[in-house]
Amino acid sequence: MIGKATPYIDAQAKVTGTARYTDDFVESNALHVAFMRSPFAHARILRVDVSAAERSPLVKAVAVGSDLPTPFGILPISADETAMAVDKVRFIGEIVAAVAAESREAAAAALQLINVDYEELPAVRSPEQALSKGAPEGQIHAHSRDLTNIHKRAELSFNDPQEALRSAKHVRSGEFSFAGVTHGFTEPHATIAIPEANGCVTVISATQVPHYLQRAIAKVLAIPLHRVRVIKPTLGGGFGGKSDPFPHEIICAFLAQKSGRAVRCNFSREEVFLTNHGRHPTTLSMSLGCDDVGKIEGLWTDVVIDGGAFASFGVVTTYYNGVLLQGPYRIDRFGFRTRRVYTNKPQSGAMRGHGAVNSRYAVETLIDMLAHDRGIDPCDFRLRNFLPKNTLTVGQLRITSNGVQACLDAVRKKSDWDNRHGKLPFGRGLGVACGFYISGSALPIIWNRQPQSVVHAKLDFDGSIVVYSGASDIGQGSDTMFAQMASNVLGLSLDRIKVVSADTKLTPVDLGSYSSRVTFMAGNAAKKALDKLRAEVALGIAQEKGCMAEELEFADERVRSKDGSVDLSWDEAVEIATAMRGAFVESGVYISPKLGGDFKGSGAGLSPSYSFGACIAEVDVDSLTGQVRVVKIWSAHDCGRALNPLAVEGQIEGSVHMGLGQALYEEMKYKDGRVLNANFCDYQIPTSLDTPEIDVTIIESEDPEGPYGAKEAGEGPIHPVLPAIGNAIYDAVCVRMFDLPMTPDRILRAMRDKESGAHS
Amino acid sequence: MQQLTLTVNGTKRTLLAKPDATLLDVLRDGFGLCGTKRGCEQGSCGACTVLLDDEPVLSCLTPALRCLDRCVTTIEGLTESGEVAELQRQLVERGGIQCGFCTPGMVVTLHAFLRHNLVPTEDEIRDAISGNLCRCTGYAKIVKAAMIASGLQGERS
Repeated sequence: MIGKATPYIDAQAKVTGTARYTDDFVESNALHVAFMRSPFAHARILRVDVSAAERSPLVKAVAVGSDLPTPFGILPISADETAMAVDKVRFIGEIVAAVAAESREAAAAALQLINVDYEELPAVRSPEQALSKGAPEGQIHAHSRDLTNIHKRAELSFNDPQEALRSAKHVRSGEFSFAGVTHGFTEPHATIAIPEANGCVTVISATQVPHYLQRAIAKVLAIPLHRVRVIKPTLGGGFGGKSDPFPHEIICAFLAQKSGRAVRCNFSREEVFLTNHGRHPTTLSMSLGCDDVGKIEGLWTDVVIDGGAFASFGVVTTYYNGVLLQGPYRIDRFGFRTRRVYTNKPQSGAMRGHGAVNSRYAVETLIDMLAHDRGIDPCDFRLRNFLPKNTLTVGQLRITSNGVQACLDAVRKKSDWDNRHGKLPFGRGLGVACGFYISGSALPIIWNRQPQSVVHAKLDFDGSIVVYSGASDIGQGSDTMFAQMASNVLGLSLDRIKVVSADTKLTPVDLGSYSSRVTFMAGNAAKKALDKLRAEVALGIAQEKGCMAEELEFADERVRSKDGSVDLSWDEAVEIATAMRGAFVESGVYISPKLGGDFKGSGAGLSPSYSFGACIAEVDVDSLTGQVRVVKIWSAHDCGRALNPLAVEGQIEGSVHMGLGQALYEEMKYKDGRVLNANFCDYQIPTSLDTPEIDVTIIESEDPEGPYGAKEAGEGPIHPVLPAIGNAIYDAVCVRMFDLPMTPDRILRAMRDKESGAHS
Repeated sequence: MQQLTLTVNGTKRTLLAKPDATLLDVLRDGFGLCGTKRGCEQGSCGACTVLLDDEPVLSCLTPALRCLDRCVTTIEGLTESGEVAELQRQLVERGGIQCGFCTPGMVVTLHAFLRHNLVPTEDEIRDAISGNLCRCTGYAKIVKAAMIASGLQGERS
């Protein structure tokens, strides 16, 4: 089964409409929760009066900020959020109070009975404003230093990059800007909380991180961890947008306990947009230098990212914008400074390709410019600078398997690059870019001595194998991966394999579906558990049959010895293996090796393995309207080994779609802190008509530490997509695009500016 | 509350509906037919697509009372009748499903389209599903599945 295109084990349920997502669970007699949200971007809360709402006969429980004042956050070092606003509100849409009532309508009506008195505070609208010193009342969080609204500064420098750029023969610099974008998953946030006996609570929620949600609920409700059970049912897309513990999840748990009734909430699409946690709006300046033959000599970048009102994953994002420029090219003189600021907007967080998408666009654009300056083919320029396999970057990221060259070769050949780049008629162009990404963060978010993933595999009398993992299948197919592994290790058909995942009561801890970690980490843990299970079965048979356990082969639902003296059906094998002991469970763990240097910030970007990729885009630009049509995308991705090629292709195709959206269409628009396009009509994700033909190549570099050689495929493929499109636009109409999204008006303006000679 | 009688997946059903209830509300909350998804309630994602008298509609924008004495077919009904079995099989086998949230709406839309277009081009399929947003697949494998299903459908008819 490994390496074979395998339909998802839950696809049949999904295609027939029987798969149950959070909002599909019927919980009899459940109350409906509605949230009162702040109409102000920044305001002091003078008074919250819920007495009228509480008197309403249909209202069963009300919650306000002072009920749950304990701060939480996905990163323990920046827990700056509360379940509801306590003393002040920090963005339009922040939850101020919540009611649980007998119906959706009654809950919504009860919100009208809540009176909140606000005193408006000066709002921080822009990153520029946030960087400068202001009055104390203009500070969104008191912990920002020097009366600014800077949340986090990160700076690293290796081998004096500034001097490298001064002495480099050829340097290109650019000022880039990137609008914020959001995940656009199709299933809105939804949560059900059910009070249980003995002070326990069960929370069914659309989350990528059941483990961290369990921790956050226990912390804020001040109850022991073991009293909180989190279940992630079928989930309708995440992309990082469900990878934080959220206020509404904590509030629902609280209201369930307070009312003694099950409660449920399901966000409107507008609420999803107001919650955001999408990619940070970013401005950055970057300089890149090379020698005469195109060898990169130095890189420096200065980045400002707009975090919105709270931290989320922002400390990580701050580092990733810099450290993830250390590949796929050798850049020994390298440095960055990133500042993440607070503004009075919905918070930014982690989104597919977290932290590295925007800075990747910048560096790949500058590389393209230098290549053109030097008359070097952009593919050749990149080839000259690739990191080899088995090396350390200057910041001591450990590169093991590396298929970047094969990726570039593949897209170059398939797109007929050498015969077409620079030779197409005006308006038509080809562009190339490469990328790389972590395959799981080597460092856990919460420091402890626990493994990053534990998987249990159970054999029972009925001949079934049950794999238990805390990992969240969010549509990427991790449950199917576990089933494939079990099938492979034990030689069984998929229908004997059951997967129980993402239920904190039943499944051992996996840290969650973020940082592209599941295949590598949970996959390794699962393989170990299954190998141990197989060894146990073999041992039982060897003892009974008097053969060597190592001689036994598991295939085609049979266990056979090499000499043919033992030949058992699976059911016979199970009977022997479970004799006198019954069902048994084996456990496998994954713990990342110790990696990295010992300087401050050395932990950022560390991963046990890195994926690589290359992309070529072909575009058609209408020089009268500025409209860009992406004609075709060639994407090659080195995922180590494609355990399920169907899933890997799907991840690459989805990444192309999302990269295309950010490149050309998507933008979170704000006016005075208010989201202007909080719906799918005005926030345009690419439709089937906008998404071009995608040619996918899977490169298998056989990672030495990945399960069966596998590494990540879900995020890495997005990085090269945006700059490939930008560079293709240059090939088509000779303008460089420094601001995303590359809308028709921006392209026309760039073309006009070029004609009038305002830009060179 | 108003009494509403309609045919759902071939069976005549009656319930009391609020005047402002949508067809989506009635299907999910009234009849427990949760295969129809609540994605945006603004008519812009297509996840709630069902057939109303055999034509695809966005159930989130369709007032329930407008469906009086009419026939509604959901993903559950199409599955039970077997009319979409080939399309469903192709979506499963070709990997046209990731998170699956858009899938029921996609199946209903494609079914309505393929019924009248036995030999569609890829562009026509892309056009047909342009109102159904999918954030996972880049549409590639959905289009491929629909192409193959239409070919097999064409062979059968």
